[in-house]
Amino acid sequence: MNKFVWPLIIFVALVGLLAVGLNLNPREVPSPLIGKPAPAFDLPQLANPEARFTPKEMQGRVWLLNVWASWCVSCREEHPVLIEYAQKGALPPLVGLNYKDKREDGLRWLKRYGDPYLVTAFDADGRVGIDYGVYGVPETYLIDKAGVIRFKQIGPITPEALEKKILPLIKELEK
Amino acid sequence: MIPELGLFALLLSLFAALALGILPLIGAQRNIPAWMAFARPATSAVFLLIAVSYACLTWAFYSNDFSVLYVAAHSNTRLPLMYRLSAVWGGHEGSLLLWVFMLAGWSLAVARFSRQLPQAMVARVLGVLGLVMAGMLAFVVFTSNPFDRVLPPPAEGRSLNPLLQDPGLVYHPPMLYMGYVGFSVAFAFAISALIAGQLDAAWARWSRPWTTAAWIFLTLGIALGSWWAYNELGWGGWWFWDPVENASFMPWLVGAALIHSLAVTEKRGSFKNWTVLLAIAAFSLSLLGTFLVRSGVLTSVHAFASDPRRGIFILMLLAIVVGSSLMLFAARAPKVSLGGAFALVSRETLLLINNVLLVVAAASVLLGTLYPLVIDALGLGKISVGPPYFNAVFVPIMLPILVLVAIGPMARWKHDEPKAIIGKLWPAAVIAVLAGIALPWAAGGWNGAVALGLALVGWMVAALVLQAADRFKKPGAATPSWWGMQVAHFGLAVFVVGVTLVLNYQEERDVRMEPGDTVNVGNHQFKFLGVRASEGPNYQAWVGSFELYRHGRLLRTLHPEKRNYGMGTMPMTEAAIDVGLTRDLYVSLGEPLTADKENGAWAVRVYFKPFVDWIWGGALLMALGGFIAISDRRYRLSVKRAAALAGARA
Repeated sequence: MNKFVWPLIIFVALVGLLAVGLNLNPREVPSPLIGKPAPAFDLPQLANPEARFTPKEMQGRVWLLNVWASWCVSCREEHPVLIEYAQKGALPPLVGLNYKDKREDGLRWLKRYGDPYLVTAFDADGRVGIDYGVYGVPETYLIDKAGVIRFKQIGPITPEALEKKILPLIKELEK
Repeated sequence: MIPELGLFALLLSLFAALALGILPLIGAQRNIPAWMAFARPATSAVFLLIAVSYACLTWAFYSNDFSVLYVAAHSNTRLPLMYRLSAVWGGHEGSLLLWVFMLAGWSLAVARFSRQLPQAMVARVLGVLGLVMAGMLAFVVFTSNPFDRVLPPPAEGRSLNPLLQDPGLVYHPPMLYMGYVGFSVAFAFAISALIAGQLDAAWARWSRPWTTAAWIFLTLGIALGSWWAYNELGWGGWWFWDPVENASFMPWLVGAALIHSLAVTEKRGSFKNWTVLLAIAAFSLSLLGTFLVRSGVLTSVHAFASDPRRGIFILMLLAIVVGSSLMLFAARAPKVSLGGAFALVSRETLLLINNVLLVVAAASVLLGTLYPLVIDALGLGKISVGPPYFNAVFVPIMLPILVLVAIGPMARWKHDEPKAIIGKLWPAAVIAVLAGIALPWAAGGWNGAVALGLALVGWMVAALVLQAADRFKKPGAATPSWWGMQVAHFGLAVFVVGVTLVLNYQEERDVRMEPGDTVNVGNHQFKFLGVRASEGPNYQAWVGSFELYRHGRLLRTLHPEKRNYGMGTMPMTEAAIDVGLTRDLYVSLGEPLTADKENGAWAVRVYFKPFVDWIWGGALLMALGGFIAISDRRYRLSVKRAAALAGARA
């Protein structure tokens, strides 16, 4: 064979690789926490600094922990979806984690865009976020009755992700 | 109205570029002079149309026309004018428009400065450039239209990424793009020569100044980017082996190889296939870089918004452009003559080793850049490849190049005696050993890596002196090409000094400081005076004050800043740097550690960076060397003759 064909062959292999790579999302790092117990925490509530919230209260229920912040642009995109599905009653208890935010900003945000949350915990310095491996907001964790993380949504929850992945999984976990 | 005019001009330019890409190529093949003559005016038309389109987009930014989606997304009324105008290329759509604008500019330059070339060659070169432009313009028009409207128009735009609000943005991307895109000219010359089946010394001589020009821009662009990162990011680093940096570095390495291989092809007629392949590779890597940056297949600090449609389009473009070039290469290369024979010990052999090393270096960077993608594509997990890989692989490949750079210019073409070379170069070896032993002691403590680095510098600089002595013994004045080579190689030595010393002797301290505290770094003291609030045109800042002392004498006061641009963006760190010939002192503000920001404690990072500016100085010298080499009048000789002829006729 003509040895001058080799550059072409190598290039074709490279293009094939790039084509496969195009369909992958480099930012989607699988969470090592999936299948592990949700890290415990004890935080003040956003609306009421005196009251506190800990994941233990949710024991025995399937629930969602949604990390959000008033400074997060994608959260604004996600929020109407959460509200729509919460109003339909399609969602299990939804707990907010207001991440690295200011209390007044977070409250104003909920007043303006609506509050689908059962309760929102206030994580001002982001310590709890670190325990959960949050690296981009919004992120959402699905936690089962035993307190084990079963699924993590990175980035905004879309109706598609809800219908195809999250809701079927919830149905299964609630059995 | 004006944005529509811009879009209209853009669409017209796509058709003009298609015509430019088709007619002259057919004309050259069938020998139809009128079709070949179409190439030059068509190139001017494409350039003018893209220039109009570019001007329209600039006008939209200047006049704050937020009904244009791209303007609304990257600018606002409070943004200073300089950044509004450079925000044109602050996002995806506009930067692609800049890309094709520059490609059109290079094409126009080829059309204007190619009077001495045969008409068929000009038609082919401009035709190939026209096809590349048509592909990129189609990409802009179909996937990344910068003139999209948004209704109703927002009252105020979002903002330009604060990271990009730095004078660096004004110069860095255009320089880098000029370099990237400039390799298209060498590519077009190579493809034209392949189509015509004429790979000869004339082709190499025409390609040389264009290749060097593109390489100069790329050198300056990369150096500016590195300097920008050093200043703006506040990390004190100058190179991070980030995928996007690598994307610009690979064409640089291959371009450097191409410059050397073109010299052999021009002077000796050898390495023709290799040179053609390098010319194709340099431009392919530029396209690949554009793909990597614009498609989002890799994670990077240059995280640009990505859209899979764009990725597929540009991948197809890459496949068509590079695939067809390599097919042409595979078909034509076997028939190319081998050129002048050369012995094992000769300048040709040394340049061949230089080429192989540079290409292997580029390949190792490519491997490290794409490796995470390979692993992910094979479903083996997510990994990232960082500086340890690149340093471990890249540095050993570059060390022999530093040794060879002294020997190559000393060796004769065709055949030389090892004894003769050793006879000329032994003083440099002595100086290298002395430099390796003595200089590290003087610089601040003996250290193996420093000894090696400085020995190599001694070797290179001494060899440059010996080469000059050798050259001046010969009759005739040295050519600008020779001077350019010497300056560029000296720049490489200066660069190595900077890298060696800064890597081994830099000092870094992360400290908690309250007003009145001092910290010692590299024989200097920083005294923290406190922080005050300040207001910029579109940001709020905390401005720190530090007094810099050396041996108890006040040198100056430095003001690093922490800027907040609002809208949920990360605060930006503006480091303050006292620049010196032999050291930089660098201070940046971290986080406030107490509630009272004005009088409380702050996390502070201070650096002592010996000889760091030599890194960019070396890059500047390399670029200057290239510039001197281009000024060689032999590249324009036939132009003058042609002008004289035309004058006689008139």
